[in-house]
Amino acid sequence: MPDSTTITLGTLALGEAPVGFRGQIVAVRMNLEGAGLSGAELERRLLELGFVEGATVEVLHEGLFGGDPIAVRLADTTIALRRREATAVIVARDV
Amino acid sequence: MNAAIELQPLVALVGNPNCGKTALFNALTGSRQKVANYPGVTVEKKTGRLATPAGRAIEVLDLPGTYSLRARSPDEEITRDAVLGKLKAERAPDLVVCVADASNLRLALRLALELKHVGRPVVLALNMMDIATKRGIDIDMDRLASELRLPVVSSVAVRRGGTDALLAELDRNLERLPPAGEADWRPPDAGRLRGAQREADRILRAAMRMPGRRDGLTARADAILLHPMAGLVILLAILFVMFQAVFAWARPLMTLISDGFTWLGALMGSLPLPALLQSFLRDGVIAGVGSVIVFLPQIVILFFFILLLEDLGYMARAAFLMDKIMGGAGLHGRAFIPLLSSFACAIPGIMATRVIDDRRDRLTTILVAPLMTCSARIPVYTLIISAFIPDRNVWGAIGLQGLVMFGLYATGIVGALTVSFVMKRLFWRTTEGEPFMLELPDYKIPLAKSLALGVWARALAFLKRAGTTILSMMILIWLLASFPEAPAGAPGPAISYSLAAMIGHALEPITMPLGFNWQINVALIPGMAAREVAVGALGTIYSIDAGAGATEKIGQVLAAQWSLATALALLAWYVFAPQCASTLAVIRRETGGWKWMWTTFGYMLALAYAAALIVHQVAASFAAG
Repeated sequence: MPDSTTITLGTLALGEAPVGFRGQIVAVRMNLEGAGLSGAELERRLLELGFVEGATVEVLHEGLFGGDPIAVRLADTTIALRRREATAVIVARDV
Repeated sequence: MNAAIELQPLVALVGNPNCGKTALFNALTGSRQKVANYPGVTVEKKTGRLATPAGRAIEVLDLPGTYSLRARSPDEEITRDAVLGKLKAERAPDLVVCVADASNLRLALRLALELKHVGRPVVLALNMMDIATKRGIDIDMDRLASELRLPVVSSVAVRRGGTDALLAELDRNLERLPPAGEADWRPPDAGRLRGAQREADRILRAAMRMPGRRDGLTARADAILLHPMAGLVILLAILFVMFQAVFAWARPLMTLISDGFTWLGALMGSLPLPALLQSFLRDGVIAGVGSVIVFLPQIVILFFFILLLEDLGYMARAAFLMDKIMGGAGLHGRAFIPLLSSFACAIPGIMATRVIDDRRDRLTTILVAPLMTCSARIPVYTLIISAFIPDRNVWGAIGLQGLVMFGLYATGIVGALTVSFVMKRLFWRTTEGEPFMLELPDYKIPLAKSLALGVWARALAFLKRAGTTILSMMILIWLLASFPEAPAGAPGPAISYSLAAMIGHALEPITMPLGFNWQINVALIPGMAAREVAVGALGTIYSIDAGAGATEKIGQVLAAQWSLATALALLAWYVFAPQCASTLAVIRRETGGWKWMWTTFGYMLALAYAAALIVHQVAASFAAG
């Protein structure tokens, strides 16, 4: 399927995005186990903070040690989270 | 009449964290509010009264902030149960006001959509409208109301008349309250959350025009305050100023309070009362309560800073900066401020753990907070160090006495980190804690009124505790130290005939391996009231008159009577021992039960015994060899 290929090519996990990254959420995964939560619970918590497909994201800041946690501009709000949990959010880079 | 009060309509305020809900609550109710705890949990229950323009008396309930009714913390459970009318201690609200930050509507609208399912009328209040307008955000309120099918009003908590529209809307709705509808709310699954957020985003696109950029001030400030290096340096500088203030600014006031209680005690001594009653009032009630109230200035200053940083929006940033460092020991980023506060006194530190949402993270923090070296340990440390540690330099310029003091602080910190690390694995059986996810709100200028009300509520809560739980502990300790009375003309201090002395003797076989004699055991009993009281108690037991230079004399006597191993073991004991009844009482209150209080008591006692035992045995074998 050519459509999905083009999306997949430009995508990465938000947890791996560098500071300054701008893009759009393409998927919030439910199969990532993290932080003592089930994947489904992590997905719901991310959704409750507004991580929904289509929303714009920009990585604003990161911590000193291992670049963790990160501060993400998500639509009109700023959310801090660890890179580990941010891995469940798949984003496509703005072109 | 009671029935009339019962009939006052109840309005619940619900909103996201940082939406200015508390400022709105303060603007609505002013000083006619009271802060209590929900029974069995440590969630603050804030209620207040107001009268509408139509003369209607209303009771307002300020509920903990939440993003969803799908509760994840005890605070959020209260919010969910309160709006659904499932709370035993509270009747169901007649009306729900969904408070939203007008410049940050995205998540608030999803919450508003969710609240439509609780079966009560809902009003959406667009709060902090002035800030939104200043930022060039244009909201079509009629469109918003018709899309949401909810009444929408704007509010500005900081301005006189800023709540008029909301009050008028409350009157309009309460005029003809529909019978409570059926609550068809269910915890939403991922699909419904997605759907609701998409709907909220659609409504937002239809009803709001946004300049499309961040708040300029917040962006500029964060470039510095969240800078990986500069951010940490600034955080440390802020903390330095904060603790300087807690110690230095509080000093004159603390002296004043302590002098006041001494004067009151002396006054009591001059009254023509039976000796026993006099001792009870002077040594039990006045000295006991005084030794706790003396910390009030520190608590007020500490909470002033904590609430100021919280209202500014900085607290979430501090948690962001510290998360990785704290996370290594299994602590949450937000545990940082409470643990730091515990260096002044564990009581405000434990009270400050309310900023931690997750129950397990909060319990871990509460359990290790008493290991931070509080100011009450300092008099004991100073006494023993100056009596036993030679005042000379090691490795050139480093004073040995200062080094030992530093070592005691470091032992406490390392102990706390180790305990939390172990707890995470043993108690919670997980290597990872709750995820760290929180909103970094735009910076806001704090309101003097909100700040004052917040500090006042904390001070009042502390005084109330000093007057109830702590007072009863003090009286118990006084009883132990005073009964039975010494026979007339008996030699030695009266305390050596008391129940405390009997306990001291009885404990000797247990404390022998630590090198503690019965005199130390006795001093530890009044030391339960407040750690530094042990200094005075040692003076009493070794028959040293109180007065100028008393502490110095106690030091000389101790140096003659104790071995170095005993002194070092006592220091090790003091780092870990649960030597503070007030702290234990606060833990019981804040965790809502005896279980965690006894857990804290037990593990600290075990650590203290082990540490003192090792130190004494090692030091004694060195002395022998």
